[in-house]
Amino acid sequence: MAYPYRHEKETVVLTRGFGDPRTRTLEGWRALGGYKALGRALEMAPNDVIEVVKASGLRGRGGAGFPAGVKWSFMPKDDSKQPHYFLINADESEPGAFKDRELLRWTPHQVIEGALIGAHAIRARQVYIYMRGEFFEPAQIMARAIEEIYQANLAGKDILGSGVDIDVTLHLGAGAYICGEETALMNSLEGRRGQPRIKPPFPAVAGLFGKPTTINNVETVAAVPHIIVNGADWYRSFGTEKSPGTKLFNVSGHVVRRGNYELPLGFPMKEFLYDVCGGIRDGRQLKAVIPGGSSVPILTAAECEDLALDYESVAAAGSMLGTASVIVMDDRTNIVKQVRRMVEFYAHESCGQCTPCREGTEWLAKILRRIEVGQGTEEDLDTLLDLGANMTGTTICVLSDSAAAPVASSIEKFRDDYLALFGRAPEAPALAAAH
Amino acid sequence: MANVNEGSSAADMVTCTIDGVEVSVPKGTRIIEAAEGIGLGIAHYCYHPALSAPAMCRMCLVEVEGAPKLAPACVTTVGDGQVINTESERALKAREGTLEFYLFNHPLDCPICDKSGECKLQDFVHSEGRARGRSLEAKRVLGQDDFGGDILYDGDRCIMCTRCVRFMREIGGEDALCVVQRGHRSVIDTFYDEGVGENLWAGNIVDICPVGALLSKDFLHKARVWDLDRTPSVCASCSQGCNIYLDGRDNAVARLRPRQNAEVNSYWMCDYGRYNYEWLNRQPRLESPLVGGAESAWQAAVISLVERLKALPSGTRVRVVGSAVLGNEDNGLLARLAEVVGDGEAVFRSSRAADEETCPGFPALRRRRDLAANVKGLELMGFSRVGDDEGHGGLAATAGEVLIVLGDDLADLPEGFARGTELFVHLTTHASAAASGADYVLPVTLYAEQEGTFTNADGRVQRFWPGLQPPAMARPAWQVLGVLLAGLGDGAAPADAGNAFLRVAQLHDAFAGLSYENIGARGALVNELVRLGAGAVEEG
Repeated sequence: MAYPYRHEKETVVLTRGFGDPRTRTLEGWRALGGYKALGRALEMAPNDVIEVVKASGLRGRGGAGFPAGVKWSFMPKDDSKQPHYFLINADESEPGAFKDRELLRWTPHQVIEGALIGAHAIRARQVYIYMRGEFFEPAQIMARAIEEIYQANLAGKDILGSGVDIDVTLHLGAGAYICGEETALMNSLEGRRGQPRIKPPFPAVAGLFGKPTTINNVETVAAVPHIIVNGADWYRSFGTEKSPGTKLFNVSGHVVRRGNYELPLGFPMKEFLYDVCGGIRDGRQLKAVIPGGSSVPILTAAECEDLALDYESVAAAGSMLGTASVIVMDDRTNIVKQVRRMVEFYAHESCGQCTPCREGTEWLAKILRRIEVGQGTEEDLDTLLDLGANMTGTTICVLSDSAAAPVASSIEKFRDDYLALFGRAPEAPALAAAH
Repeated sequence: MANVNEGSSAADMVTCTIDGVEVSVPKGTRIIEAAEGIGLGIAHYCYHPALSAPAMCRMCLVEVEGAPKLAPACVTTVGDGQVINTESERALKAREGTLEFYLFNHPLDCPICDKSGECKLQDFVHSEGRARGRSLEAKRVLGQDDFGGDILYDGDRCIMCTRCVRFMREIGGEDALCVVQRGHRSVIDTFYDEGVGENLWAGNIVDICPVGALLSKDFLHKARVWDLDRTPSVCASCSQGCNIYLDGRDNAVARLRPRQNAEVNSYWMCDYGRYNYEWLNRQPRLESPLVGGAESAWQAAVISLVERLKALPSGTRVRVVGSAVLGNEDNGLLARLAEVVGDGEAVFRSSRAADEETCPGFPALRRRRDLAANVKGLELMGFSRVGDDEGHGGLAATAGEVLIVLGDDLADLPEGFARGTELFVHLTTHASAAASGADYVLPVTLYAEQEGTFTNADGRVQRFWPGLQPPAMARPAWQVLGVLLAGLGDGAAPADAGNAFLRVAQLHDAFAGLSYENIGARGALVNELVRLGAGAVEEG
C-alpha cells in the first residue's frame, strides 16, 4: 500500500519507508540500508559525530530550530563522574502537528538509530523515548522495534562489538500537552508533576535526575543517520544556507490533500498550498494560515503570497516555522472561533504554576467565548491585547506566550472578524466589575 | 597566608546595584536576599526564606539591565556589576498585571476573611495593583475542604503559591498536601482522607499562607486581626521556648503565632504549643489577697506575713515550691526567700511527655519532654523536681514546716492537705481547694501578664512581655517576693522586672553577666562556665 499520497515535488529522505509495513521491522529497515550509519558512528569518536552534525546545519525540528550539533556540544566531555542522558521528545501534542507520529509509526528504526547515534555523540548510556500516552499504535510499534534491536545487539552492552553500551527505554506519558516542554518532560519522566523547571540550570548542566541531558525531537534524530551516511555536504544540498535539509510539513485544514509532505526547507508557501496540497478545497479563497502549529502567530493570505517555508523567512513575516504544522483556513472560517478554540486548549493544558498563565489563559478564553456569542465590545479587544502582553515573557515556560500570540495576531490582522460579532446578541447580563 | 585568605574572601563577594543602591553580597546570594539586606522588600508569594523557591508566583520579577526578560528575584543570583531595578516601568507593569491575574478568580470576600488585615494579596494590590479591575467574567467556585486537624482550606481564595505543599514536605517531613488538577482548575488537596491532622507542625501552614486560603478552625471568625493586641512572648508549653506572638483581644489570648528566631524555632512552632493557651484565659481569677480566708489589702497582708516569717522559731523547716511557667525572676526570689527564712529546700513539679518530637525540617526545634518553659531555669537555681510525669504527687505536707507554694495549683491534693504546717503561703492565680485553708493566699500574675524571662532547655534566657492585663490586685510574683525580702531586711524591693533579674543574676552564677539589655529580643545563653560544668558532671 502506498503511503496515502505522494507528490512528485517531494524530496524523500525521512519518509522513504512511509506506507511500507516492512520498514517497521529490523529486517526491512536493514534492507533500506538501516543501521549502517550506527556502525559508522560507533567507529567515530563522539566529538567527530558532533562535528559532522554541526557541519550539516541540522536544526531542531521540535519548534525552536536550534542547531542540533551545537546543542550536543554543550554536554560535558567527561562522563566518568556522572551519567549523561539522551531523551527523545515523542510527546508530539501541538494542535496541528502529526509528523512525529508518522515517523514513529512507519520508521521506528530510523528514530532509534538516530537516537543511538546521538547518545554515542553525547556519551550517554541511556536513551529514554518519551511518547505521548495517546500514541497507542506508535508505542506498540516502537516497543517491538526496541525488542528487535536488543536481540540483534544494536542496543544494550557492547553494541556491535564497539565496546559502547547504550540502553533504550520507551516511556509513555499520561496525556498532558505541557509534558512536551523539555523540562516538564523530565519532571514527568522522574515521576513528578509535569511542570516546566526554571532555567538556568539548563538540561546540559542539570537535566534528567539532575544529570547532564540532551533532548531532541523525533524528526531531528531521524535525520541523523542520513547525515552520518551521506555526509554534511549532501544534507546541505537540500534547503537553504541557514535552514538546510528536508522537513516534514504536516498540513491540516481547508486544503484538498491534507497530510505529511517532505520538502526541502525554503519551499515556496504558495506552491506548497496550491500545487502540493492541491489548493483550497471547494474552490474557495484562502483566508489565513498558521504555519507552525497552534502556538505561532497567524498569517494572512497576503502574507503567504511570496513566503518561503524556512525558519528565517517565516520569522521575517512575523510568525514562526515551528513544527511546520500548517493549518489552513478558507474564507468561511470564523477566526474568532478558531482562536477561542486554541486558547481554550491552552487554558486546559496550562500546568498552573505561573499565575499569568494559570489565570490569563482562562481569562482570555472567557472573554473570547463572550465575544463569540455576541456579547463583546471593542473594549474587550483592548483588554485581550493587554492581558496577552502581561502573559508574554512573564512565566517559566512559553505556554503562556503561545496562548497570547494567536489572540494578538488575530486582533491585529482580522479585527473585522471580531467587530462583526459585536452587537449580535442582546445586552450582556449586567455584571458588576469584579472590584 | 592571611593575604591569600583575604583575597579569596574578596573573590567570593559580588557587588550589584539595586534601585540605585550599591550592595556587596557573597556569591550565590539571591536578588531578593540582597535587596532585603538594604531594607528593600521585593513583593512575593511563593518564596519563603525557609523553603525551596519554585519561582512560580511571578510577583518578584525585577529588571536586570541587559537581560531580555524580567528575572525572578527569588531564584536569580546576583552577578557582579549587575544593575537591578525593582521599580522600573517594566517591573511595575509586570507586577500590576500579575496582581490583576490573581484577582481574576479570587473572591475578594475580605469582609468575612480571617486573613484580612494581614493578607499579602490585599497589601500588594493596594500598593501596586490597578485601581479598578477589568474582569467582567464569572469567577470559578471551588468551595471549602477540611484538611483535618485544625486546618480548613478555602479553594476560592487560594493563589496556588504552594507554600503549604512545600512546608509539609520540607519542614513537616510528610508529603501530606499536593496540587491536584492543573491550570485554573488547580487546587491543594490531601491524600484520600488522611489530611494533615496527625502532623504536629501543620498549624504553621496557616501562618505562611499569604492569603486566607488556609484557615485555623480554632481562630475561625474569632477576631479581626486589626483588633488584636500583638505582644512578643515565649511559648510556655515546653522547654524549647519557641518565640511567639501572643495575639489577644478583649484581654484574652485569641491565638499564638511563631515569632522568628533562627536559634530556637526558625519561623515555626508546634501545634501542641500553638493551641495550648486556654489556661491563660481561665476564669475566675483570684482577685484579692486572702489572710486566713478573709479578703485583705496588700499592705496589711504583707506586713502581717513579714511578721509571721520573722517570728518563726529558728530551725523551722522551710519548703518552697517553684513554678516552671513563671520566670527566672519569680522563682529566683522565691529560692532566696527560702534561704533568708531558714534552712530549706526548693522543689517544683512539672509534667513530662513520654517522648520528644523533633521537627523534621528544622531539627533544632523539638517539642521537648518537659511540658513547661522554665524547667532549666528552676534547675539552674537549685530547685529539684518532685512528683511524677503528670506533675502530681511529691508534696505531702510535714507538720511544723513552712510551705510556700508559687504558681502550682495543687490540683491533685485534697482540701486541707497542709493542715498542721506552721505556715502555708500560696501565691497563685486561681483559688484552689487544696489551699483553701492556707494562712495566706496571694494573687499573682500569669507570665502572659508580666515581664520576665524563661531559660529554655538549651540554657537560652529569653524575655517575654506583658500581653494581658492582670486582675486589679494581682501582682507579679517577683514584686510580692521582693517586698517580702525587703521586709525581712534582705535588700531593697526591685523596682521592675529588669531589676529583679539583676538581683537573681547576682545570686546565681548561671546568669552572671546577663541583663535585659544584653538578652535582647533574641535571647542569650546562660554562662558558658556553668554549661561546661553541667557537661563535666556526666563525664566525671
